[in-house]
Amino acid sequence: MAEVVHVEVGHGEHHDDHHELSFWSKYIFSTDHKIIGFQYLFTGMAMALIGGYFAYVFRMQLAFPGSSIPFWGTLSPAAYNSLVTNHGTIMIFWVAMPVLIAAMGNFLIPLMIGCDDMVFPRINRLSYQIFLLSAIVLLASFFVPGGAFGGAWTSYAPLSAKAQYNSTPFGAPLWLIAVTLEIVAFLLGGINFITTTMNARAKGMKMFDIPMIVWMIVIASILFMCSVGPLVAGAVMLLFDQTLGTAFFDANAGGDPVLWQHLFWFFGHPEVYVVLLPAMGIVAEVTCTFARKKLFSYKLILYSSIGLGILSFFVWAHHQFISGVDPRATYLFTTTTLLISIPVAIMLFAFVATLYGGSIRFTTAMLFALAFTGEFLLGGVTGIWLGSSGTDIYLHDTYFVLAHFHYTFVPIAIIATFAAIYYWFPKMFGRKMNESWGKIHFWGTIIGFNGIFIPLFILGAGGQHRRIYNFQNYPDLAGADMQDMRVFATMSLIVMLVSQIPFLINFIVSIKRGEKAGRNPWKANTLEWVAPSPPPHGNFGPVLPEVYRGPYEFSVDGREKDYWPQNEKP
Amino acid sequence: MPGILESLLPRASSFAVEIDVLFDIITILVGFWFFLVLGYFFYLIFRYRQRDGHKAEYISGETHKQKQAIEIPHYLILVCDVAIIIPTFLVWFNIKIDVPPPDEEVRIVAQQWAWTFYHAGEDKVLGTEDDIVSVNELHVKNNTQYSYHLESKDVMHSFSVPVFRLKQDAIPGRVISGHFKPILEGEWDIQCAEMCGVAHGIMGARIFIKSEAEHNAWLAANTPDSTGAGTLASANQNPSQEKKDQNNG
Ligand code: HEM
Ligand SMILES: [Cu+2]
Ligand SMILES: [Cu+2]
Repeated sequence: MAEVVHVEVGHGEHHDDHHELSFWSKYIFSTDHKIIGFQYLFTGMAMALIGGYFAYVFRMQLAFPGSSIPFWGTLSPAAYNSLVTNHGTIMIFWVAMPVLIAAMGNFLIPLMIGCDDMVFPRINRLSYQIFLLSAIVLLASFFVPGGAFGGAWTSYAPLSAKAQYNSTPFGAPLWLIAVTLEIVAFLLGGINFITTTMNARAKGMKMFDIPMIVWMIVIASILFMCSVGPLVAGAVMLLFDQTLGTAFFDANAGGDPVLWQHLFWFFGHPEVYVVLLPAMGIVAEVTCTFARKKLFSYKLILYSSIGLGILSFFVWAHHQFISGVDPRATYLFTTTTLLISIPVAIMLFAFVATLYGGSIRFTTAMLFALAFTGEFLLGGVTGIWLGSSGTDIYLHDTYFVLAHFHYTFVPIAIIATFAAIYYWFPKMFGRKMNESWGKIHFWGTIIGFNGIFIPLFILGAGGQHRRIYNFQNYPDLAGADMQDMRVFATMSLIVMLVSQIPFLINFIVSIKRGEKAGRNPWKANTLEWVAPSPPPHGNFGPVLPEVYRGPYEFSVDGREKDYWPQNEKP
Repeated sequence: MPGILESLLPRASSFAVEIDVLFDIITILVGFWFFLVLGYFFYLIFRYRQRDGHKAEYISGETHKQKQAIEIPHYLILVCDVAIIIPTFLVWFNIKIDVPPPDEEVRIVAQQWAWTFYHAGEDKVLGTEDDIVSVNELHVKNNTQYSYHLESKDVMHSFSVPVFRLKQDAIPGRVISGHFKPILEGEWDIQCAEMCGVAHGIMGARIFIKSEAEHNAWLAANTPDSTGAGTLASANQNPSQEKKDQNNG
């Protein structure tokens, strides 16, 4: 059954591509899953630079309020808001989503389950094109009259609903249209990931032989599909409020502004897990390969991730403890929120336990994977202060929240992504990245990152609220030690940003000049390492691999080699 | 020993101490786990680094005994969760649900981008002739139980007084009530904690907590005479049409 689908749909669809090899059909309008993966990866990386640049600009403003910022100029309050808003929006929707789900999913799924392409290659191409359009719409919003939307990435109504309130008559609708298009793109992509994994697996690959990252992308796609409906409905209502003068969210005309918050967060919280799960999948792959260990409790991790996904639909109102919802509702939402600590802890413990008895090789990819585990631990535990409604009264919307969610998002979107890039680079381009430059990049990134956000925990606990343009207006916050911490955070940001230069150079130079990598440079077990590096169109050549065992059979007793590829005959 | 939050910012409301203690309880429980796991993690990294002649062990983590390595800590985490949930419920009940009868009332109106405060005058009743209206200045009497009624004229704002550990969103179309009791004289920040447009970042105000005598002197000096002169600010004087109180904050 699986075979039939992939032969008929998968191969038939892009048959014509085998012949035309002009630049356009090969790289721009390709239906090859690997090329689409690259398109997502490079778009995501470009957007990360823009989002990072925004962070640089507003952190400079916070450290040196009012002075002219190199590479920007002076920053007005309205521009500050637009930058903060679009930094958040870009990082989540145009960096984390495309890189972790779309780029990894597209590049890895067919290779790791041993088939030649996605089952719907044209839908796949359409998904990227819509995504690209969404990015263009978002960036275009900076150049329209009134400028880009500045109502925060949460876009709370009624501020976002009326130009009279947000002063961005074109920016706000464009922001909303961009986000909606982006969501459409991911719905299309997700259909492919789920269908392909279920139908086109290599012969012999049973459910529990599927590599963890593939599972995680599939579960994340299902989560995304289940959570996004209410947001799309909300987006349409909001767009009507903005452009047609309806009043879904206008209290004076019978609407309810809090409704938007429910719709947004019903999507918004599961969304965090949508990007978290693929990141955890990456870390599982990298950790096993470089610790030469079987993944500790594969099934427990899998079941926890499903439990986590389900629970994540019952926590949304922890973003609304103080927004005027029925105060008794917090009893429920505090409880469900703290219960999420259990599946997350199980998964983290499993990664830690995987190290036990291992033989750890500290490659750059492994360093990033280990850093993910350590840093995410801090992000995870700091959620407890916020999930507890009692302390959230005070901490809500302070820099404590900001530091907390960056300790989850930066490991997810930045650190895990780097682990993935260093790990799969040889497969992508047939060459390795330079390890010495990689280590410089690693330490700069990690030291910079902690230097930014540790002080922000303290500032937040000291009562500093987020999205505030200039703290000099607040006598309690204008103190010299607080300002010193802000300067320290900004300097650390510069360290982190500068550390990306060796990465970019290393990346570009290694594509052409890196040390040549064979098919399986890390001696890993999963099927992508069976294909040539880089894999040709159609991936494995005429014969697709067959699978005889699970993906993490490292260091099996009684075998000479310490790895046992999935496709090796017993 | 002062609490963690108190060492960063003084406590100026009667319930601040409850939030601070809850913060410390969570810090101890969470801190224990955090350092335990992190310490073990670093130990493993060091202990199992690649060395000549050492081969990794084959451990599936699927046997009952191995799974216990994860299951036992996870029951302990469940216990810690309960140990956090119970005090959280108590704190939340005391602060948000069990509202004490007020001695004084204030009406707070948020708009883009200013706070208007309506202080009940000497008659202690809001909406009467002797109300004192001020913009971006809230004057309260120490050791007095207040009830506040929070409104917004346009978008969401959030009334936050960090020294009180108090925060409540203001929602257009609703009146949200809550309470506080100042316990420390002085002058502190009020911040808007919800993104409310261009000048959100500078929508600050100050709260003045004074002794009874000083507060009364302020009241006397600012109480409007029949012509309405003497009011601190020319803010919107005609109180908008009476809205029904909903105690849902
Ligand atoms: C390179 C490191 C980063 C730095 C230095 C940084 C810095 C900041 C700062 C200082 C703010 C708050 C500004 C304010 O409230 O006034 C902020 C907001 C935010 N950041 Fe980041 N960030 C980084 C990376 C990321 C990543 C990777 C993500 C997500 C994947 C992310 C998501 C967000 C979000 C959602 C907001 C909230 C925006 C809003 O308030 O509407 N950031 N960031
Ligand atoms: Cu405001
Ligand atoms: Cu505001």
